[in-house]
Amino acid sequence: MKASFRQCMAWLHTWTGLVTGWVLFFVFVTGTAGYVDDEITRWMQPELPLPTRVDPGDEARLLGLGLARLEIAAPQAKSWTITLPHLGLEPRVEHGLGVSWEDMPPAGRDTGRRRSETLNTATGEVEPAVLARDTAGGRRLYRLHYELHYVSRVTGFRLVGICTMLMLLAVVTGVITHKKIFTDFFTFRPGKGQRSWLDAHNVVSVMSLPFFLMITYTGLVFLAFQYLPAGRDVVYGTSEVQRQALFEELRPPKREYQPLSGLQVPVPELLRQIQVTLGDARIASLQIMQPAGKGPYIDVRPVGASGVNFYDPRVARFSAVDGRPLARADEGNAAVATQRTMFALHEGNFANWWLRWLYVVSGLLGCAVIGTGLVLWTVKRRTQHLQKAGADSFTARLNAGGLRLVEILNAGTLVGLPLAVAAYFWGNRLLPVALADRAAWELHVLFLVWGWALLYASIRPLKRAWVELLWLTVAAYALVPVLNAVTTDRHLGVTLPYGDWGLAGFDLSMLALAAIFAHTALKLQRKWRVVDGVGPAAGIVVSGRAAASSQIDVPNPVAATNPAGGRP
Amino acid sequence: MKTVDLSWQYRFQVASRVVAAALGGYAFASAMTVLLALVWPLPRAQAVLASTMLGFVWYLLAVMWVFSTRSATRAWIGMLVSTAIVAVLCWWLLPAGGAA
Repeated sequence: MKASFRQCMAWLHTWTGLVTGWVLFFVFVTGTAGYVDDEITRWMQPELPLPTRVDPGDEARLLGLGLARLEIAAPQAKSWTITLPHLGLEPRVEHGLGVSWEDMPPAGRDTGRRRSETLNTATGEVEPAVLARDTAGGRRLYRLHYELHYVSRVTGFRLVGICTMLMLLAVVTGVITHKKIFTDFFTFRPGKGQRSWLDAHNVVSVMSLPFFLMITYTGLVFLAFQYLPAGRDVVYGTSEVQRQALFEELRPPKREYQPLSGLQVPVPELLRQIQVTLGDARIASLQIMQPAGKGPYIDVRPVGASGVNFYDPRVARFSAVDGRPLARADEGNAAVATQRTMFALHEGNFANWWLRWLYVVSGLLGCAVIGTGLVLWTVKRRTQHLQKAGADSFTARLNAGGLRLVEILNAGTLVGLPLAVAAYFWGNRLLPVALADRAAWELHVLFLVWGWALLYASIRPLKRAWVELLWLTVAAYALVPVLNAVTTDRHLGVTLPYGDWGLAGFDLSMLALAAIFAHTALKLQRKWRVVDGVGPAAGIVVSGRAAASSQIDVPNPVAATNPAGGRP
Repeated sequence: MKTVDLSWQYRFQVASRVVAAALGGYAFASAMTVLLALVWPLPRAQAVLASTMLGFVWYLLAVMWVFSTRSATRAWIGMLVSTAIVAVLCWWLLPAGGAA
């Protein structure tokens, strides 16, 4: 293979990265959007009202309103839940006063019908549901990152799984490739062509390395049994019943419940007991249930997450008879606790705003790592290609064709996909509200624009394609807040004074993204002007055979003896 | 990777390693997952879950080894022999009347 272990790993790093790069870029772009999916969904439903804020000191009265409504609406339910006004975590929206209940399950079923209502905080009357436009929202955008689109879910899972496994290889081999990872981290030589791309690739990779390892591995764990069924299939068997047996054993034992008979403890006494146990924590929700043959209990969930134990939130249990605190049985399931911690780390649902921004930035750095890596591949080969100009063998033509293909895919995806995401937001505001299958069409808009960008990159000279697509992307993002102001009354002029940072943050983020793309466009233009000695984005028409003039960089003959990464 | 004109023999060797890594590595990772699920001192379901979550590490190591060993032939032999040894251990450990 190669002379040394490190060189083998460098080779592996280069090729795993190249083969999966564009899919991974797509996964990272849509996955990063997932860290603010609820905010995106809210922006995409401008009909929803601005959140109302309720005085938290009103808990007793609000609880009373909720209980009164539940007694009328669900006298014989399996469970009652009352949600008090608070900023929720999943989804991250301002919750008003809400009640929900689950009916007793019919014979042979585990769950009954669930219903939920929002109540007016002043009168306790049921609020009519707000009709918002049909949208794919942030949810569908982020679901693309693990199930793709236009393929079946299982196909999507498998493709993304293979790419994720190869990415794990690329991350680990990328680390091995570096002799001097910290020295590399503090090395940046701008304006040096291939060297600069390599340094940029190293800097962003080292910065986000812990995030990278975590996100890749935990991503595989999400579908571990789909990807690696061997353990389950050998130990348990392959029939559906045997497979379910494994999950049954992992779940806490099933309990039978009896219909609720309301709350015996007076609300003020209950609140006093809750305060003794939870201190001044605000209450997010209370759930009342009664196991068969036992007394009814109330689970109280305080506002705020409990760190990476997101799926095992801090819930305090109280008796619904006299309000005394009850102990909760600890299931003590180490494997499941580990799995849930990995899920929580990957999804970041527990993250408050500071940590959430860190997640978003890490995701964007991930996009940058993949992007710089893909560009580096072409820059390096373009240099070699030029050194051997004139070679006209079959393999030389094959290499030239491959290089041209990668260059087109790079411009059409690294710039075209962000452009397509902006178009997705445009589609949300411009497609007719009454359009049938509107949500599906929003996603069609995204993929149509991406496809167009790939096509555009293939017919334009490479440098022009990059610069023109970049400026188009700048315009697309910068004008989203303007479009928003023209089409809705949820624009910055309203959301900033109101202090709605979810909606305002979306518009401001669009401007920030526009600024990032503008910066990139200016940098490339300046660089190419120096190289070409002519106007910006000088491009020469590409002939059929991957003309050397469409190179993306000043050839900077570096002895390319070392593959991807290692210092000579 | 210098893009000197590579011999077809070299290309075939690389393709062979890719298959050894993808399929052989997967077989090895599966066998290791079963083995650990059988010996992990946890209740059965938890042992299977824990072992499955760890399984990708074996795949990773196997692929890295396949591409760093001296020849494609060695890569194939290494994958087949190690998978066979682990599989025999699993078979030997499987409780009689198990699902296998």
